[in-house]
Amino acid sequence: MELHDVWFVLIAVLWIGYFFLEGFDFGVGVLTRLLARDRAEKRVLINTIGPVWDGNEVWLLTAGGATFAAFPEWYATLFSGFYLPLLVILVCLIVRGVAFEYRAKRPEEHWQRNWETAIFWTSLIPAFLWGVAFGNIVRGVKIDAEFEYVGTVWDLLNPYALLGGLVTLSLFTFHGTVFTALKTVGEIRARARKLALRVGLVTAVLALVFLLWTQADRGDGTSLVAMAVAVAALVAALAANQAGREGWSFALSGVTIVAAVAMLFLTLFPNVMPSTLDADWSLTVTNASSSPYTLKIMTWLAVIATPLVMLYQGWTYWVFRKRIGTQHIADPVH
Amino acid sequence: MDLALAPETLARWQFGITTVYHFLFVPLTISLAALVAGLQTAWVRTEKEKYLRATKFWGKLFLINIAMGVVTGIVQEFQFGMNWSDYSRFVGDVFGAPLAFEALIAFFFESTFIGLWIFGWDKLPKKIHLACIWMVSIGTLLSAYFILAANSWMQHPVGYRINEEKGRAELTDFWLVLTQNTTLNQVFHSFSAAFLTGGAFMVGIAAFHLMRKKHIPVMRTSLRLGLVTLAVGGLFTAVSGDTLGKVMYEQQPMKMAAAEALWDGEEPAPFSVFAYGDVDEGHNKVALEIPGLLSFLAHSDFESYVPGINDTNEALREKFGPGDYKPIVPVAYWGFRWMIGFGMASFSLGLLGLWLTRKRFLLPAAHRTGEDEVPLLVLLKKPLGSRLTRLYWLLALWTMAFPLIANSWGWIFTEMGRQPWVVYGVMQTRDAVSPGVSTAEVITSMSVFTLLYAVLAVIEVKLLAKYVKAGPPELGESDLNPPTKLGGDHRDADKPMAFSY
Repeated sequence: MELHDVWFVLIAVLWIGYFFLEGFDFGVGVLTRLLARDRAEKRVLINTIGPVWDGNEVWLLTAGGATFAAFPEWYATLFSGFYLPLLVILVCLIVRGVAFEYRAKRPEEHWQRNWETAIFWTSLIPAFLWGVAFGNIVRGVKIDAEFEYVGTVWDLLNPYALLGGLVTLSLFTFHGTVFTALKTVGEIRARARKLALRVGLVTAVLALVFLLWTQADRGDGTSLVAMAVAVAALVAALAANQAGREGWSFALSGVTIVAAVAMLFLTLFPNVMPSTLDADWSLTVTNASSSPYTLKIMTWLAVIATPLVMLYQGWTYWVFRKRIGTQHIADPVH
Repeated sequence: MDLALAPETLARWQFGITTVYHFLFVPLTISLAALVAGLQTAWVRTEKEKYLRATKFWGKLFLINIAMGVVTGIVQEFQFGMNWSDYSRFVGDVFGAPLAFEALIAFFFESTFIGLWIFGWDKLPKKIHLACIWMVSIGTLLSAYFILAANSWMQHPVGYRINEEKGRAELTDFWLVLTQNTTLNQVFHSFSAAFLTGGAFMVGIAAFHLMRKKHIPVMRTSLRLGLVTLAVGGLFTAVSGDTLGKVMYEQQPMKMAAAEALWDGEEPAPFSVFAYGDVDEGHNKVALEIPGLLSFLAHSDFESYVPGINDTNEALREKFGPGDYKPIVPVAYWGFRWMIGFGMASFSLGLLGLWLTRKRFLLPAAHRTGEDEVPLLVLLKKPLGSRLTRLYWLLALWTMAFPLIANSWGWIFTEMGRQPWVVYGVMQTRDAVSPGVSTAEVITSMSVFTLLYAVLAVIEVKLLAKYVKAGPPELGESDLNPPTKLGGDHRDADKPMAFSY
């Protein structure tokens, strides 16, 4: 395995990490409308991800920075090509971050309500758009001989990619729902489990269609295995949820995300961004990657830093392991 | 295409707006993280309540500020690919690495430990909680270091070779990129300017409360800490500015000639105090100069030759072929002056304040004040009258933002002074833009960012003002009795969290 293959795997790992972690905090954001009955419950939801959402988001920044360093051509084509959808995602992430930090900083009703509305939409929209983006990446887009994206923004809104968007949206919402069941106490916990069943069933149907479509289009043996794992884990997550095993349910919905994203990357390799115009114009791990020297330095970085990051981020989750309910939220403002 | 709407112009405007805006928050974040960590350390060591109250007060302002710094930083990570795809393709092999280092080492540090710090008051033992804010501080410094290394490579590319076959720059010596003198000098200059900024911020707000005789013990301590930070930061900013200037005379003579509006080389060269020139004709119409000083600034002696804009342009033409290699001279000239002027104005105010509020040194014993008294401002033997005292507090308050202006102009100067190059001597800015991104798309994104940032600025400033006015919080029972166990003491399972969103 050459270094650029290693980096293909590492980039996949970063995206998987991002979707696993920010997946549930996007989901929790969506639940502020779907599950919460009043302001107190909204605050419970927001506070389940309070200490961790920022660290989760860094997985995205790292995926971006690492792609820049390891696959400059991929970074350039992807982000200049998907310009407007990425703009929407960036705007959402900006507003979302500010919303979490500022919402409770003023007591006025309209101030808090506006930020809550912001949290809902800025969680929902990126959760959908990341699926659209990945649908397009793996399916291939119009890339010319210069590696420039020559399609329009409407080309990105094709049925396969849109279905991909619905899958990530529903999957992240499901992931967020089982996370809520795991992290809360009281009535909201019970309702989260009920909702998880419904969201999970919708997710299962959408994901199955999308993954089958992917498999039929470009799949091989390994991607079939990944798909089987994803589907089995989702079913098991639902079963665990019904059995009241919340930890298992969350872990298994995580496995679903890991396996589904891994499947997409498996069907992509050795391309990183296929061209639908001419196979010779596709960006691949070889023609899009950096020099061996850069990749070597980057590999050292990844080998040393990534386990450390996982260690101290994991520790954060342990520190904040206690379930919370409405009784744990103090005065409305401070 | 009309130059005003050329993709290059628009992309540059967008980059300028988003980056200058982002950098309003960066220096405050860097310095306040360290200052808050220092205050919290003082609390942990002395257990004096004023330090904890100061920690909470400045910590709150720090958090309001860092939130904006973090979210506007997200754009920076993707903007190179979005608007500068040809740049990204050409330099990604070199430039991407420090960005990846920044994300994987610094961003994770900052973001993870800030979460622990914000929510950890009742979850972490005192010393571990303190360690978290220090980790955040280290994260902010590392982050700045890596991104400055990347920028320094654009100012003065080293440790790379051009791969003709692939048509790109490739990294050959990463260590050199991280340790070249441009990087070290830029880091030194930016870090000290960051502390100058934080110091002025602290002094201004402390002055606001002391003028009203409110929250005296906390604000007295804050004033002292702010003044020392401001003076030390200011001193180092001046020193590092001088050394960075000398490095730039070697590496980018054009930038420095433009900074002085020195059209033709002179020996010895004068320092320009004021100039009004004719850019098309290539000379100044009005010039007020100090003889020999520029030679000194460039080469540490009052005699040597300093090349001018016209000579340098000629030399660059010989080296790189026909073209115009000078930046927009008035921007470089005035940017340079505003950077120095605003920065040093704050520094002077800090030095003055440090003298006026001295504790023992040459201070008549009768004017020494206690912990809970507003310090007297003593010029020589007698304290200043109430009007002059008030004037000093007001000056401190109203010049609080001076370093922000200086920082912005510093970056505008250093980036625009490098033009027409994006990577000095290697790649021109016009070759760096994304060919596939349309004018309409850039106009859209630029408008969206500008509008969004403007709205957020209003929200942020109002919020800061609210918390500044509110002053340091009263301490509760749980503040003074931090947990002894990781995850918090389980005395009462239903106890509300110390902090919640």
